[in-house]
Amino acid sequence: MTVVAPDAAEPPALSGMTMAMRQFVGNRAAVSGIAVMLAMCAAAAFAPWLAPYDPTVIDLPAKLSPPSLAYPLGTDHFGRDVLSRLIWGARVSLMVGLIVVVFALAFGVPIGLAAGYLAGRVDNLLMRLMDAFLTFPPLLLGVAIVGLLGPDIHNVVIALGIAQVPVLGRIVRGSTMAVTNETYILATRALGAGSTRIVTRHVLRNILSPIVVQLTIVFSAAVIAEASLSFLGLGTQPPQPSWGRDLSEARRYMAEAPWLFLAPTFAIMLCVMSINFVGDGLRDALDPRSWRGQPVADPARGQGA
Amino acid sequence: MSLLVVENLRTEFPTGRGLVRAVDGVSFRVDAGEVLGFVGESGSGKSITALSLLRLVPKPGRITADGMRFAGTDLLAATERDLRQLRTRQIGVVFQDPLRSLNPVLTIGRQLTETLRRHLGLSGNEARKRAVELLDMVGIPLAAKRLASYPHEFSGGMRQRVMIAIALSCNPRLLIADEATTALDVTVQAQIVELLRTLIRELDIAVIWISHDLGLVAQLCDRVSVMYAGRIVESGPVRQVFRQPSHAYTVGLIASTPRLDRVGHRLSTIEGLPPDTTRPTGLCAFLPRCGLSVERCRQAHPEPRPVGPDHLAACFAHEGRLREGFPQ
Repeated sequence: MTVVAPDAAEPPALSGMTMAMRQFVGNRAAVSGIAVMLAMCAAAAFAPWLAPYDPTVIDLPAKLSPPSLAYPLGTDHFGRDVLSRLIWGARVSLMVGLIVVVFALAFGVPIGLAAGYLAGRVDNLLMRLMDAFLTFPPLLLGVAIVGLLGPDIHNVVIALGIAQVPVLGRIVRGSTMAVTNETYILATRALGAGSTRIVTRHVLRNILSPIVVQLTIVFSAAVIAEASLSFLGLGTQPPQPSWGRDLSEARRYMAEAPWLFLAPTFAIMLCVMSINFVGDGLRDALDPRSWRGQPVADPARGQGA
Repeated sequence: MSLLVVENLRTEFPTGRGLVRAVDGVSFRVDAGEVLGFVGESGSGKSITALSLLRLVPKPGRITADGMRFAGTDLLAATERDLRQLRTRQIGVVFQDPLRSLNPVLTIGRQLTETLRRHLGLSGNEARKRAVELLDMVGIPLAAKRLASYPHEFSGGMRQRVMIAIALSCNPRLLIADEATTALDVTVQAQIVELLRTLIRELDIAVIWISHDLGLVAQLCDRVSVMYAGRIVESGPVRQVFRQPSHAYTVGLIASTPRLDRVGHRLSTIEGLPPDTTRPTGLCAFLPRCGLSVERCRQAHPEPRPVGPDHLAACFAHEGRLREGFPQ
């Protein structure tokens, strides 16, 4: 609690957005996270130009070559260039992550807000529905839906999206309930604000931090789940490249060609880690209470989400 | 002409233990420009009475009344849309805890201008100008710069000033101050009271002042209603009530107020706890704690009766006994 001395040297008044940006930029981990994410997105977008080889062309004489100048990350058991497959695979992984995030956002947030704000019967109905979905392990739900609709990347996205909605929905509901019971919401109602305004302007703005943090987790989970489902042969179908699919095939050559599994593993790890750093940075930047007076290089750890 | 007339207001909460009668048949009126105090201990129904006026009682509360009219509007029949117009534009509220009454993630300016723009239809610039005037009015220095501040950058007293500015932003005719100074320390409390006193005089608005600080009520209010277990047990002009308390509970309340001229004396207290309102006894709710009760208290429920000009009390205890005061 800082008591602002009225005659203290006044820093120029900055808008909330500017301050939030400053906080984010001052967070080294978050900035490197976003740099890595942007680089990965660029690689995915410009794959046809960036990849040195066609990721599906088989060159049996060159199979399982170790990293060299010709093949920077070596080749797989069909002689396909690992780097090229990695770059093309980013398309699948990032797209799956992004679509699942949008899916979870589009359904989870409204459901959670409605349940948390309206409470009572609406809450009961929506949450029992969410519970029903939550009883299935997400991967099993994915296997079931893909089994039902056929092994295809689109079905994987649908399955992962459905699995993430109740998780986000529950978090949004809990945060909404906590905020709705705050005096400032009562005060806002006493100022004549209607429910729509209260929910969209006041409640939502207060629960952005947990939502953003959860979305980064959803993104990571989707990337990993896509990898897992492809690993099981349910997602991306050969010969299409995907990080998970490639990892699954690499396991058979772990001893003689370790670069084969190291490359996709490292890609997944880097992707998930950077998105988590971005999430942490966003969480701190979105909460004015955790702001520091001056942006500093050291990532400021605010209150928990 | 009374600004606000409330007749037989009841606010009840169905709970697992039974029906909680938080407000149990309360009637009062507030005239234009008048300051009415509500006193009573925690849980006596003061705040719920105030929230009932704005129909802001939390679920599953139910409000009934024989009449509840504010400046010609029937508050019971009003639609949610009417009520939204009424809140702030006609009736402003300042809550007890300034640390929690402001949205922590929105700037002070945003919270002020949002109300101004919505209710008064001001443009962004006009609203900002008015917001600066309002912050000036409540004594916040460098108001223009403070608009970009967040609530956590303000002290408790400053936040309460902001709350007052917001509550008064649309020139309401009635201000409800629900324990507006309770959460503040004594010196800040004195400043806020002084500020409110000045504003009440300058803006000529009616005020419902809810407090358990009898001293503040005596300073600020024209009339006072003493609440106990959801009912008004005594009401009247402030001087009259303090000089001649006519309900055993009021006598006890006054006796338990610290006084500078009695330093060294043990502070008297009212033994026991407020009653469980789920099980009305049909007798005076204060009876179990009352040290002044008479035979009739155990036979019938006391109804409010005049004990002086505009002075009502619902108590059977004989005046003589009341004057002797609470047994120590």
